[in-house]
Amino acid sequence: MSESYLANHVKELQPSGIRKFFDLASQMENVISLGVGEPDFVTPWNVIEASYHSLEQGYTAYTANAGLIELREEIGKYLRETFSISYNPEDQILVTVGASQAIDLALRAIVNAGDEVIVVEPCFVSYSPTISLAGGVSVSVSATADNEFKVTPEQIEAAITPRTKAIVLCSPNNPTGSVLSKEELYEIAQVVQKHDLIVLSDEIYAELAYDEAVSSIASVDGMEERTIVISGFSKSFAMTGWRLGYAVGPVAIMQAMTKIHQYTMMCAPTMAQHGALEALRHGNESVREMKTSYRQRRNFVVKALNEMGLSCHLPGGAFYVFPSIKETGYSSEEFAQRLLEEERVAVVPGQVFGESGEGYIRCSYATSIKQLDEAMKRMNRFVKRNSETNEPTV
Amino acid sequence: MEQKEIELLKLLEKNGRMDNDTISKMLDVSSAEVDEMIKKLEKEHAILGYSTLVDWSNVYEYEGVAALIDVKVTPVRGVGFDKIASRIYRFPEVKAVYLMSGAYDLSVSVEGKTMMEVSRFVSDKLSTLDTVLSTTTHFILKKYKHDGIIFDEGDDDDKRIMVTP
Ligand SMILES: Cc1ncc(COP(=O)(O)O)c(C=O)c1O
Repeated sequence: MSESYLANHVKELQPSGIRKFFDLASQMENVISLGVGEPDFVTPWNVIEASYHSLEQGYTAYTANAGLIELREEIGKYLRETFSISYNPEDQILVTVGASQAIDLALRAIVNAGDEVIVVEPCFVSYSPTISLAGGVSVSVSATADNEFKVTPEQIEAAITPRTKAIVLCSPNNPTGSVLSKEELYEIAQVVQKHDLIVLSDEIYAELAYDEAVSSIASVDGMEERTIVISGFSKSFAMTGWRLGYAVGPVAIMQAMTKIHQYTMMCAPTMAQHGALEALRHGNESVREMKTSYRQRRNFVVKALNEMGLSCHLPGGAFYVFPSIKETGYSSEEFAQRLLEEERVAVVPGQVFGESGEGYIRCSYATSIKQLDEAMKRMNRFVKRNSETNEPTV
Repeated sequence: MEQKEIELLKLLEKNGRMDNDTISKMLDVSSAEVDEMIKKLEKEHAILGYSTLVDWSNVYEYEGVAALIDVKVTPVRGVGFDKIASRIYRFPEVKAVYLMSGAYDLSVSVEGKTMMEVSRFVSDKLSTLDTVLSTTTHFILKKYKHDGIIFDEGDDDDKRIMVTP
């Protein structure tokens, strides 16, 4: 069948640059991958066991559209205790198929054809395509290394037009690991309120912050009514394959999202919801242990990268570091490709996360310390060999 | 104890061969400080030694059996269980001895080349001790997990795909 059958707006979507590296890396042997955007832990056993148990008990049917009420109550309690934000489990909390679906629903619920949505690059690869699919136009703002990849209120204000509807924020950030402080969120919130925008706050890495606790922008005065908080179980509880996330927000928006969800998804997987319930009730200790381990590995990788001359700041959260490779004179893509071919280490070139990621690479440290150690040795060798022959171009 | 010391102990408990440079980067301290911490923890007997967990069933032609023995004893006035425990744990065949709550008093782990050898140890050495009232010997058929490590699972068992967003 020819391509002419495809919808135009789908044909125009660019395939993700991540895909290319996946294809390259999977054809090679002996590759150490720092390209994986998910935890290296297996889901805590008590969560797996609770899900088994639910199946044994015969919980194999649909749940309410918005998700099990016990789970929504537990999510509400968690958000209240952790971020001091309060949502009614009856009509403000929606359980989704991963944070991915929550992002999609939120955008489809608020975007009219031609509406502009601001994304702060470098960022998670799905935002812009999802905005396009919702009929919107994504407008990028570039966070830069000199401000540790944190967007400023001035940058946001400069990108606002009469068509701007919303802004997507992600802290702690994928791919940079940067965390916006309470004060920075407050400043951004002032601009958002002044221009009457909605915030999509992707807080999926909120539990994985190593230096200070993360704040939610929804906790800033006046923001609860204009923020959709998106989160999930994938990262904090090592549950990526379970496909479970959630969104919370103002009643009208949550009702609209639930309406789309009800027609397009019915409900999130029941067995995963039972697992998630156990994760929220009894998963704290596991999260604490995983967090300690990520922090140690972050420290290790940041030191090793800086020592080899790939400078990077100490990111406050998630499990990524985003070092500069400008010293080598290569573009991000050349660097990643050569590193893979010459030393069998897979990283993701920074520009797949947006133009301002050019000159950087994303390294995930959610990999055993043994593998990380070997990867750093190989990268060190690569950098030593390549920085002598190349004049920096930037 | 300091948080960093506890983290250090947990790292070494998992991998006694982790090198100082790696540890110092992970804990954000200097190599010299790691050295000092380790010396201090050794001196305080928090660290007693560095051993290797061997799965002998994967060692070609190596023969060996292990047993757990429940031992009931009569405690002795003044020294309680300590004296009889020390009589038992000094035998080189004995790998571990624990004082237990419940149906028996001491749990003794014994290793030998053959079942014969372990049985002989129990009947000749252990049950003939003065205060030992009875022994129940359980031979271990298969080790699934020991000291937190699952035997049939390599550490390179990564089920994730190579590159994801
Ligand atoms: C920033 C960010 N948001 C959302 C997601 C999607 O998560 P989920 O597995 O819950 O769909 C990811 C996953 O990589 C992510 O990094």
